[in-house]
Amino acid sequence: MTSDFWTQLFPEQPSWLVVLGLVLFAILMLYVARTPAHQAILTVTRSIRNALRIMARSVMVAERKLKKRNSEVLLAHGREATERYIEREFQRVEALVSRDLSGYPSLQRDLKEQITRIDEDYVQSGEVPPHPPEWLKVIDAVAEIPSNGSPVVAKILSDIHSTLKKSLDKDISEYRNANKKRHALLKRMLPYWRSLTKILSCVETKITGLEHRSNIIDEQMEEYEQIRAKTDYAERMLSSSSLTQFFISGLVLFIAVVGGWVNFHLVALPMSEMVGATSQLASIKTSDVAALFIIAIEVFLGLFLMESLGVTRLFPIISMLDDNKRRIIFWVALVFLTVFACIESSLAYMRDVLAADEQAIKHMLTDVQVEEMQLSWIPSVGQMVMGFILPFALTFVAIPLESFVHSSRTVVGLVLVWLMHILSFMIRLLGNIVNGLGQLIVSIYDLVIFLPLRIEALFNKDKKALNKDEPEEYVSSEVNLKMLNSGTAAEQ
Amino acid sequence: MKKLSILILAVTFILTACSESKPTTRAVYMLLDTSGTYTKQIDKAQKILKYLLHELDSGDSLALARIDSASFSEKDIVAKITFDLRPSKANAQKRAFLTTIDQFSKDVKGSSYTDITGGMLQAIEYLNETGAGTKYILIFSDLQEEVKKGHVRDFPITFDGIKVIALNVTKLSSDNIDPRNYMNRVDNWSKRVEEGGGEWRVINDLDRMSGLLD
Repeated sequence: MTSDFWTQLFPEQPSWLVVLGLVLFAILMLYVARTPAHQAILTVTRSIRNALRIMARSVMVAERKLKKRNSEVLLAHGREATERYIEREFQRVEALVSRDLSGYPSLQRDLKEQITRIDEDYVQSGEVPPHPPEWLKVIDAVAEIPSNGSPVVAKILSDIHSTLKKSLDKDISEYRNANKKRHALLKRMLPYWRSLTKILSCVETKITGLEHRSNIIDEQMEEYEQIRAKTDYAERMLSSSSLTQFFISGLVLFIAVVGGWVNFHLVALPMSEMVGATSQLASIKTSDVAALFIIAIEVFLGLFLMESLGVTRLFPIISMLDDNKRRIIFWVALVFLTVFACIESSLAYMRDVLAADEQAIKHMLTDVQVEEMQLSWIPSVGQMVMGFILPFALTFVAIPLESFVHSSRTVVGLVLVWLMHILSFMIRLLGNIVNGLGQLIVSIYDLVIFLPLRIEALFNKDKKALNKDEPEEYVSSEVNLKMLNSGTAAEQ
Repeated sequence: MKKLSILILAVTFILTACSESKPTTRAVYMLLDTSGTYTKQIDKAQKILKYLLHELDSGDSLALARIDSASFSEKDIVAKITFDLRPSKANAQKRAFLTTIDQFSKDVKGSSYTDITGGMLQAIEYLNETGAGTKYILIFSDLQEEVKKGHVRDFPITFDGIKVIALNVTKLSSDNIDPRNYMNRVDNWSKRVEEGGGEWRVINDLDRMSGLLD
């Protein structure tokens, strides 16, 4: 329906006049249909906006639910981890008590024996003051007899003096001997004292260890109580811990993957000797698939090994088994792992031989003379050792894997919540844009028919001036539109 | 869950089956002109063969045949081999092949006629029997065919999917007088190969053999 059609419809009129007439007709029609057109535009845009708002609300509800679920999972994991930690601590305390306190009766006996010995020695070493001889009083009485210049008396007194001196010398000597014996006894007590000090310091160390453990348990119990109470602090702490665990375990897993890749290259070439170098499985060489399979088996065995040891709890069935069965799983996994390590070691050696052969044939075909490298056995031995050690090293992948699996649940949950938040915001923004677009279309509509609107306004102004009355029809349509707009604004 | 497992197994099986339907091995048949001066260029042929041994791997096939008076015969095949799937065995086969061609280069005798068409037919037969995914005929010759009287060689040949590479196509003394002879020889073989459904290539500079096999 172009302008040509209309000019052909009125062939006798100039084309510009036809176009002008058409434009004026269109403006007139738009003016007549203004109110219902505005209502239609605003209704459509409002409907779209409302639908988008409902959608945004649904996304927000889903986000809230996911957040709650994340929080529950996080707290559950945290509770489980803390329980495990506390359990381990109690086990350690139990081990400490059963190991150290079981020796307490003998320790007590030792202590008693030591104390008894020391007591006996102490009693024996007690100083007994020498009793003065009974005849000293007699001597004293004789000594008080006046001599009156008699030589006999003087001689008697002199004899008494010498006898007394001899007796005192003998007593002093005996007293010294007794002291010597006491000192010897006290000297003998010294090792007992030392032993006693040693035993007591040992007891003190053990008691301190127990005290330290009990402090740790107290801290963990406090944390556990926080988790059980579902406090914000506990949630924040666990969330931060999960993020740290996620990145650390991710890094360790990446290193493990590099290790696995090295392992794969040790095994892939010799595997082609077993399964052929040309056959393929879904565009991958069968030898590569076989090598990957061996590495995967080693990783699985490592997982079972760690699981049976109780280091990880990726498979609840294994952790719920009784100790005997877990011990069997442990030994089976260990034996298989050792066998695989031996196989890999021999494959690594075979790889070295094959690579050397390949190199030799290449040199022969390219007429290149290469001198044989000295100490060429070192890489061979190195490869064999690596081939033996790597399967065991891969066993430890289970620990970061468990951390990664557990923490990734939290991290994925957080990312999903964030994405949902963004989505909800975007939907709401889109709803508002649609609503604004509706108002913009209405304004453009009025802009197109501004001429009749202006005329109408002037007419109304004149009419108002004359009748002081308001035109009912126009006012009613204006009121409708205003109501629509105010409704939209209120909803916004 | 059971249905899902069956579906996964089925998809894996289909993928495996699809991938194994197209062989990835290569087969190379090298025709060696033993007429005239070409016996003196045997060292160049040896160089090419060493390159081929270097490039080919387990599962690939290689054959060396001479072009003489009547080449459509198995007795003209000097050595042929399909490399074992085990790399160590394949390396041993390469060594044995190398020894055979060394011996051949010492014992080679010139022939009075050059039956290139017969050699080509023998090559096609061998290559089709190998069932390889990619087939090559390498022809080390001046492409000047001289057939015994009575031997019929002027007929179209089917080179379906075979890549024919002419190596070291030397210019004859007559080519210097009229180079069109050389061009005609090369064009004739090119046309014959391409009309037979094959691909044609000429490599005269043996230092540029890196793109010989795809």
